[in-house]
Amino acid sequence: MPLSANADFKTRFQHWLPKLVLSPSLAMVLVFVYGFILFSVYLSFTDSRLLPSFGWVGWENYSKLWRLSHWETSITNMGIFAALYIGICTVLGLGLAIFLDQKIRGEGMIRTIYLYPMALSFIVTGTAWKWFLDPGIGLENVMQSWGWTSFEFDWIKNRDFAIYTVVLAAVWQTSGFVMAMFLAGLRGIDNEILKAAQMDGASNWNLYRRIIIPQLRPAFLSAFVILSHLAIKTFDLVIALTGGGPGRATELPATFMYSYTFSRNQMGIGAASATIMLMTIAAIMIPYLYAELREKN
Amino acid sequence: MSVASQDTAIRTGRVMRTLIYLVLLLFALFYMLPLYVMVINSVKPLDEITGGGMMNLPQVFTLEPWAKAWSSAQIGVQPTGLSPYFWNSIKMVVPAVAISTVLGALNGYVLTKWRFKYDTILFGLILFACFIPFQIVLIPMAKMLGLMGLAGTTWGLVLVHVVYGIGFTTLYFRNYYAVFPTELIRAAQIDGAGFFQIFWRILLPSSGPIAVVSVIWQFTNIWNDFLFGASFAGADSQPMTVALNNLVQASHGVKEYNVHFAGAILAALPTLLVYIVAGRYFVRGLMAGSVKG
Repeated sequence: MPLSANADFKTRFQHWLPKLVLSPSLAMVLVFVYGFILFSVYLSFTDSRLLPSFGWVGWENYSKLWRLSHWETSITNMGIFAALYIGICTVLGLGLAIFLDQKIRGEGMIRTIYLYPMALSFIVTGTAWKWFLDPGIGLENVMQSWGWTSFEFDWIKNRDFAIYTVVLAAVWQTSGFVMAMFLAGLRGIDNEILKAAQMDGASNWNLYRRIIIPQLRPAFLSAFVILSHLAIKTFDLVIALTGGGPGRATELPATFMYSYTFSRNQMGIGAASATIMLMTIAAIMIPYLYAELREKN
Repeated sequence: MSVASQDTAIRTGRVMRTLIYLVLLLFALFYMLPLYVMVINSVKPLDEITGGGMMNLPQVFTLEPWAKAWSSAQIGVQPTGLSPYFWNSIKMVVPAVAISTVLGALNGYVLTKWRFKYDTILFGLILFACFIPFQIVLIPMAKMLGLMGLAGTTWGLVLVHVVYGIGFTTLYFRNYYAVFPTELIRAAQIDGAGFFQIFWRILLPSSGPIAVVSVIWQFTNIWNDFLFGASFAGADSQPMTVALNNLVQASHGVKEYNVHFAGAILAALPTLLVYIVAGRYFVRGLMAGSVKG
């Protein structure tokens, strides 16, 4: 409501209060998120090394970055990791959700077991995974001691395969959550349509393929957005599981940025890599958030 | 078998059902595996582990690895065990969760019940902040903490977690308050209730469920955080995750796997406990994190 010019102080104050309450958070977000983003992007165009410095070098850091074989490795790994991680989590999550939706005895308990990994830090479970995958003491050793002497599983020590162990552990952590999202989607589907289709003699396969799965579109979209954003952010997992090794075989952009900025004193290049990570996430998140917010109004 | 009323159950034969149970059970084993490996090996003497037999139950049961992980394992230069770092994490997580939840509740209240120009855009800006890769803020944040005199302190970490947590807490409370009847607030306004009175007397009493979601979400995220802890903590403020990583990755001496596993479980206990006690809400929190409110 518009304020008259002679409104008393109390009325004025009440009018401004909501904005006043919101403003500290807003200021924090503006400074610590958007201000910092601008600062980092700016640094990516400077000759910063150990400390931020302000000598403008244009696109030099970016062109250097794209010539680094180390960066190429982490980008390739990102591609492999994201594709497999998102793909497997989605397929597994959907499959498990459909299975769990068949009036399963002990559903609550199974759901609890599938979901608990999400509550744990990778610094914690990485300890167990690292050990389980280690050929000397883990799965390979166990299989051989159980009598399968030709069994080999040394991916974590193998340059060409180590990235797949990262996928394995990441899928272990998130697929239960994706399952829960699909399960919620399945429970939201109107049963009348299904009953009608079953009356018409639709087979189970057709029922899912033509009616149920197409209706899960929002769940697919949410799963994709969340998984891709988690994939780009993946950091602790690599630190705990492989430390980026063997060699540099499991580096991802997040670990690349960290090591170039904080241990190799190449802050300009580190900032450039962070900028590219941000752009990638923004390309996925902004259209999604735009659609979500427009829908709500 | 008839059509299910609640579930989208398919008509299935005996073979199919057995197969379904088998697959579900197999995956249950897959998800339990790391926890099993950690628990079982944390109560074995070291020689049982180095001799192989990762999956075997302990022949000699011992709690010594737990005691060592808690109070005497070598972390960094001091043989202090994980206990001081555990308390560091508590000192960081409690204020950070409390502050970010209160701010989220107030923001959600303002954004839904006191509409003004551009509020959707403001909300969009806050929301996008949830999803940025934190690598983009590491360098300026380090500089800012230095300027504020908070570098290497627990309060510095609290600030960092509050700043990057309010996006999510605002999202939760905003979606929750959006469906709260605005007529009730109008009526209270006519009766002369002010901004805070409305919040305190009308909205807050019914905010229990969403507050639980927000607390669980923030607690889990902040407790499990590694990147900020590793980047900004000083020797006296390192959280549990960073200390555990130092313990496990230490390259010198004999690798005491049983102590590592006991330490890992100690670091997992708080979030695991929250998950077991409030699992239902935890799932709701995770789902709310998927933006679809």
